[in-house]
Amino acid sequence: MSDLNKLTLAEARDKLRAKDVTSVELTQACLSAIDAAGALNAFVHKTPEIALEQARAADARLAAGDAPAMCGLPVGIKDLFCTKGVPSQAASAILEGFKPEYESTVTSKLFDAGSVMLGKLNMDEFAMGSSNETSVYGNAVNPWRRGNDDTALTPGGSSGGSASAVAADLCLAATGTDTGGSIRQPCAFTGTVGIKPTYGRCSRWGIVAFASSLDQAGPMTKTVRDAAIMLEAMAGHDPKDSTSADLAVPNFEAMLTGDIKGKKIGIPKEYRLDGTPDEIVKLWDDGTAMLKDAGAEIVDISLPHTKYALPAYYVIAPAEASSNLARYDGVRYGHRTTLAAGDGITEMYEKTRAEGFGHEVQRRVMVGTYVLSAGFYDAYYNRARRVRALIKKDFDDVFAAGVDAILTPATPSAAFGLGEMNDEDPVKMYLNDVFTVTVNLAGLPGISVPTGVDAQGLPLGLQLIGRPWEEGDLLNTAYALEQAAGFVAKPGRWW
Amino acid sequence: MSIDTQTAAKVAKLARIKVEDDALPALANEFNTILGFIEQLNEVNVEGVEPMTSVTPQRLKRREDVVTDGDMQDKILKNAPDAREGFFAVPKVVE
Repeated sequence: MSDLNKLTLAEARDKLRAKDVTSVELTQACLSAIDAAGALNAFVHKTPEIALEQARAADARLAAGDAPAMCGLPVGIKDLFCTKGVPSQAASAILEGFKPEYESTVTSKLFDAGSVMLGKLNMDEFAMGSSNETSVYGNAVNPWRRGNDDTALTPGGSSGGSASAVAADLCLAATGTDTGGSIRQPCAFTGTVGIKPTYGRCSRWGIVAFASSLDQAGPMTKTVRDAAIMLEAMAGHDPKDSTSADLAVPNFEAMLTGDIKGKKIGIPKEYRLDGTPDEIVKLWDDGTAMLKDAGAEIVDISLPHTKYALPAYYVIAPAEASSNLARYDGVRYGHRTTLAAGDGITEMYEKTRAEGFGHEVQRRVMVGTYVLSAGFYDAYYNRARRVRALIKKDFDDVFAAGVDAILTPATPSAAFGLGEMNDEDPVKMYLNDVFTVTVNLAGLPGISVPTGVDAQGLPLGLQLIGRPWEEGDLLNTAYALEQAAGFVAKPGRWW
Repeated sequence: MSIDTQTAAKVAKLARIKVEDDALPALANEFNTILGFIEQLNEVNVEGVEPMTSVTPQRLKRREDVVTDGDMQDKILKNAPDAREGFFAVPKVVE
């Protein structure tokens, strides 16, 4: 059977259990697709030996009738996850050559559930970016193009390689991480589905830290059903992450009924920004109508502090990053500068970090250093944390008033061209996350679902935001939206 | 609050990132753009609002105060750029 790599997780799972295909066949189909897709620069470390070994083990489990949820399903892993014995460098030169002696909790759980790892996926350096242009591996490329125009487009960021690989059928699904929109924005740019779960749902242990109070891992998939399957396999309490929640993980897939009758969906007026393209506004209105037709009650809501989410984020995230990235000192792992005669330890630190960190990472570390420095801590960092509390309260109030989920655009535009933002000031790039960043600040679950295409044929996505710990209900609303939108477009193959 | 090249140099020093002198004006400029954006936060009335310490109301979990891990010196040193005799090695720190 051909095109096995094009299957969804659910389809492949069912075929594996029906003995229509083997995991080795699925895995080989993906490995061939990866080898033929060098132009996308999505997979940056391939692990075919590990993949085939895991696939053979999965086939043995399937034959023995002992098949866990992800048994035999080939996936890609974002380079931010530490994977034992496999390069894990967060797309940074400073972690060149680093091979962890341990496995992240999320990848351990995926392997325990029978998943097959095809390799590591491209991303923005330390997950800092919205276009995958800050990677030491070079840009990942979006498989989608504007009609017949061959301009290379961004797959979004920071999980750009993951989005590109899933959209181009190089893997059945991939892991991502999301600090300000890094799962949802790339999914919207590539016609894929991505959920950032509630803060604490997935363990952060073994994931290279960017901003610890905001980072969450999540699945990036072809369908909402696949997101439900994979999230369940990734989630759960971990004693090694003190912020991971000790709550039972529900069977998310079983909650996909598509029935959203009587659900209250909030439409926040503050997300209607000046300058939003008509196509995005129409997409949002259409999505609202779809949910209404499916029996949901639509209510206008207000989240008054929305405007301050991005500025608060650009204090809090760099502050936490400056602290987290202090560990890259050239002593314990990764790159160390070549010392000149007379260089002491301070010169070693300064040169190592100047050589190892890219421009955007250096800038954010220094902004973080500044806002935490004596004399500015209160004015910037504490003020941002106060504003964050107000942003969370906006959501708390809306949920207390009975709203079940909130519908917004996922991004302010479709995928843009690689290099198009180079001359803009950094704040322009930050605006990509304007609709997603509030969700991280409030610790809520958010999902991006493709619901349409723009005039040039590029995919566009809508975001649904749910109540804390109610990913199951959120996935079900997303499922209803997915069914109503009927998005089936795929990128034409040029690579 | 405007950042000059002297402040930019101080921040780079605090962050332990070497920035050449001729790169400082551009860096100061970028800081000013970003801080200008952040200044919007001053419009918000935060009177009486506690700074957020945890986004979920849960308390951090505690565990028994017992050794759970250890005896892995080789693994810990495996990725070190310079390890000698079971230690991380760095340039001489004390004269």
